[in-house]
Amino acid sequence: MATKSLLQAIHDGLAEEMRADETVMVMGEDVGRAGGVFRVTQGLQEEFGEARVFDTPLAESLIVGSAIGLSVNGMRPVAEIQFADFIPPAFDQIVNEAALFYYRSNGAYNAPITIRAPYGVVPGGALFHSQSVEAYFCNTPGLKVVAPTFPADAKGALKSAIRDPNPVLFLEHKKSYRLLKGEVPDEDYAVPLDRARVHREGTDLTVISYGLMLNDVSRAAEKISVEHGIETEVVEPISLYPLDKETILRSAKKTGKTLVVSEANLEGSVSGEISALVAEHAFEWLDGPVRRIGGPNSPAAPFAKPLTDAFVPSAEKVEAAMLDLARY
Amino acid sequence: MYRYMLLARRTDERSWILNRQGKAAFVISCQGQEAAQVGAAYNLRPGHDYVYPYYRDHGIVMTLGMTPRDELLALLGRREDPNSGGRQMPGHFSSRELNIVTASAPIGVQYPQAAGTALAFKMRGEDGVVLACGGEASTSGGDWHEAMNLAGIHDLPVVFMIENNVYAISVPEKFQVAGSIAGRAEGYGFPGVAVDGNDVLAVYEAAREAVARARRGEGPTLIEARTYRMTAHSSDDDDRRYREREEIEAWRLKDPITRFEKYLLEHGVLDEFQRDELDEEVKAEVKEASAYAENAPFADPDEGFAGVYAEV
Repeated sequence: MATKSLLQAIHDGLAEEMRADETVMVMGEDVGRAGGVFRVTQGLQEEFGEARVFDTPLAESLIVGSAIGLSVNGMRPVAEIQFADFIPPAFDQIVNEAALFYYRSNGAYNAPITIRAPYGVVPGGALFHSQSVEAYFCNTPGLKVVAPTFPADAKGALKSAIRDPNPVLFLEHKKSYRLLKGEVPDEDYAVPLDRARVHREGTDLTVISYGLMLNDVSRAAEKISVEHGIETEVVEPISLYPLDKETILRSAKKTGKTLVVSEANLEGSVSGEISALVAEHAFEWLDGPVRRIGGPNSPAAPFAKPLTDAFVPSAEKVEAAMLDLARY
Repeated sequence: MYRYMLLARRTDERSWILNRQGKAAFVISCQGQEAAQVGAAYNLRPGHDYVYPYYRDHGIVMTLGMTPRDELLALLGRREDPNSGGRQMPGHFSSRELNIVTASAPIGVQYPQAAGTALAFKMRGEDGVVLACGGEASTSGGDWHEAMNLAGIHDLPVVFMIENNVYAISVPEKFQVAGSIAGRAEGYGFPGVAVDGNDVLAVYEAAREAVARARRGEGPTLIEARTYRMTAHSSDDDDRRYREREEIEAWRLKDPITRFEKYLLEHGVLDEFQRDELDEEVKAEVKEASAYAENAPFADPDEGFAGVYAEV
């Protein structure tokens, strides 16, 4: 196994799927010769040509809408929205069109498209290159929303997303692209979209997290284990919609204490849904209140560095909340 | 073509009767637009070419092979409704066999999808053509522009047909359309054709050239078929609030079906006996379809909550 960045893993996943299936194509603004603004699609146009690595006009509704039409006519498009913040013009094509094709046609049409979108706070990104948009989409039956954190999972989940007969919104935390590295298997493998991953077993509390915050959670879990003997079970949903309720509830019941951590705006968030799930179905196993950490109710994220830093929950805040809940 | 126009009209008329009887919750009509719809669809190869119709395109789907029975099963929301199994309102067409792509209610969303479907034909070097239709109001939205632009950039095999029926519910054309719809095609680098949408032969000719052009790999065409919606927007709309009866009566004199019938009689293609015989035949088919649909079962309630996700 080779150690790869999240970015490299996603790139490799795309390339491998394109080699394996000639109907797989990538499309979006700048994905071709430029290789994407983050270089995720670097080299793909050279290998697969201009038609299968298709530079679109800058029009998000068109990018998703035409991807739907391509999928109807036998292709498996992977459409890139350059930043998740720019996805609202495509919202209708995602939630009213792609997500409902199968249901509304009584199973006659499906829309097997993957929509990749980099999300999350990045230094200098400011209000329109920093947003976590997942909550907008996690209330849409027919759509799958996945947000894997680490390279190996991201590659495997991307393969599953491309092979899935349903539309999948595939969120990539952009600050993680080069920051998070990990071993990625060389052989072909797929990570199922309907299973949460338990990264660390524990008995004292459960922390459910995704995105770059999961990295902080994992570090804090090791630290408080060494320093305080507190064992944290770390669970990553991978699929944010639908959720793997079984794995989440099993862990919540096992430890009796649940903390949910992400950098999304807290109110109306996926963290809220996970909390409600635990409160509703694991109440009698709980030894403490379900708690959440997330972004403030302000747009993500202000430009100036101290303001950006204040938006994202700090590693210290996460660790303190874990300790506090464990001792509750 | 005359038969399909008549079939669409008689099925439509039956729909309103079922509505007045309290049996059909909602009717959305094609009356007045049959010539544009049948004339265009007559050029397609059903099941090979793709069609993105809009909710009024009963004439298109019937020309491609849908039947009065299919239409009335959808109207009454029965399980056998081939479009959606009773999940969608009438007029949201879908048929995998006929390549009629499942439709929704928001206006204009079909155009980018149609461009994508055409792009797939082009990528594979196939001679398939995509017909995408909508009313004049659908040219107000960004999706229409985005699709026209992509089609123009890549010479995609798609025909955009705008059925300009003058009203978007109550808002008349003059408050929706700046300049000329057909004239806009020039800005996207492909031909725009304005045609009398109540003249089935004129629409047929325009669409024939557009479809042939697309099949030859020469790119898209925009057809603006000027016509008129003779009924209210839907059975829930009262058009007396926004248009004069005189205006409708004036357009009734230009009814595309009586106009084509007159042409066929004058040119000896059809005689009065054949006309009456055809009308009886169509009426009988619609009557049978109505009886069948009224007696057809609804889906079980549980079925309405299944099939949200496709399985591998």
